[in-house]
Amino acid sequence: MDAFLEMVREYGPDFFWGTVLTIQLVVISALLGAAMAIPLALARMSRNLPLYWISSAYSIFFRGTPLLVQFFLIYYGLGQFAFIRTSFLWPFLREAYVCAIITLTLNTAAYSSEVIRGGILSVPRGEIEAARATGMSAFTAYRLVILPRAFSLILPAYSNEIIILLKGTSLASTITLLELMGASQLAASATYQPIQVFALAGIIYYCLTMAITSLFHWLERRYNRYMTLAR
Amino acid sequence: MAGDGPSAPREIPVALDVRSIRKSFGSHEVLKGISLAAREHDVVAILGSSGSGKSTFLRCINLLETPDGGEVRLKGELIRMRQRGGMLVPADMKQVDRIRSRLSMVFQQFNLWQHMTILENVTAAQIHVLGRDRKSAVEKAEAMLAKVGVADKRGHYPGQLSGGQQQRVAIARALAMDPEVMLFDEPTSALDPELVNEVLKVMRDLAAEGRTMLIVTHEMGFAREAASHMLFLHQGLVEDEGPPREIMANPNSERFRQFLSGSLK
Repeated sequence: MDAFLEMVREYGPDFFWGTVLTIQLVVISALLGAAMAIPLALARMSRNLPLYWISSAYSIFFRGTPLLVQFFLIYYGLGQFAFIRTSFLWPFLREAYVCAIITLTLNTAAYSSEVIRGGILSVPRGEIEAARATGMSAFTAYRLVILPRAFSLILPAYSNEIIILLKGTSLASTITLLELMGASQLAASATYQPIQVFALAGIIYYCLTMAITSLFHWLERRYNRYMTLAR
Repeated sequence: MAGDGPSAPREIPVALDVRSIRKSFGSHEVLKGISLAAREHDVVAILGSSGSGKSTFLRCINLLETPDGGEVRLKGELIRMRQRGGMLVPADMKQVDRIRSRLSMVFQQFNLWQHMTILENVTAAQIHVLGRDRKSAVEKAEAMLAKVGVADKRGHYPGQLSGGQQQRVAIARALAMDPEVMLFDEPTSALDPELVNEVLKVMRDLAAEGRTMLIVTHEMGFAREAASHMLFLHQGLVEDEGPPREIMANPNSERFRQFLSGSLK
């Protein structure tokens, strides 16, 4: 126990900043991923064949390959292309932080778009017809009826996706990022106390998961009142 | 000739003119050319056994189903269609949306938007389709909810209401658009028997007000009392039509006679 407190005193700040970085990765890629996921989901349901094929290929690639492979492809792979190395974006793209955000965003967008597509498809047909029958355009029907309804239908599944994203951020340690997992690995090799160190990391991940769960419970209470109140 | 007698009824304009609607699903021809002209204030009851195409016919009028042939005119304005790949499609979706906003529909399954409160259900299309400001939309909604007897439910969600109440809200939602013609697609078929009358009463009141209505229904008593014209569909064709009391007393078609004896038991 003393050794544990000693370790926390010594490496506390590293764990703290690692946790902050982990939270940043989750929040930024979750928001960017969600913004990408809606058009992707619509493209996956589109009757426009090129749109459909591109979005399907995207979805199959990111859901069909390990996240670690995607991290390596983007962090180590992008530098192989001369046009990327010479572009004005290179100062950003060579940063591990930026590569981690890009990888996590692209990955979570692929999964989220499938969740959103499922949500849109489970909006009752009759409610969409009622919207169109009042004279709403397809766009207005999406904005007022289909997307809000899909949003509340997917909340439970979407919280799962964000929890998986949180755990996925631990792989960013493999591309030199000192987020929670990276900080833990440093502490473990410096103190030779892997059990204490990784137990602490586990507890912090657990607390973050609980925070995500309660956020989604709050969202469900707020936006799904109509379901819980129904008789 | 030119000057008809003073007692001659003034010609009432046709509100909805539907001509030779045809529709197939795959190889099954559901509608084989159905026409109907409803003058203003007409209440047209559309009857038929299940599978006779009566709901499909109603849905072809506001293009929830795209007919394979035929014409729909609302107050003389033709819904423009064009050919694409051998299929008929609307030439101008904006025109379709505009016509739909003048033709309110009430559905068998109510189809209220579950995530909106009752008040929001009745204001949404007023604000976002007709462009009314929120204040006048709310006023209109409250008046319509009061008219159908569910004003006290304005803050509730549809899932908290009985089927009869939900259908009355759906009627208020339709009325709030100030429609020129109202389409009712079996409005009482999904209701428990004890809730049917509260909805029929609202519809009787609307008929008495002189609203132009097309009603697909199985409620024979209601159709006889409230309708000014009756259409009996069979196998995708108009098998019999006329003023309800006349054709129900003296059906011209054997099919209709059988249908009546089956449903009046």
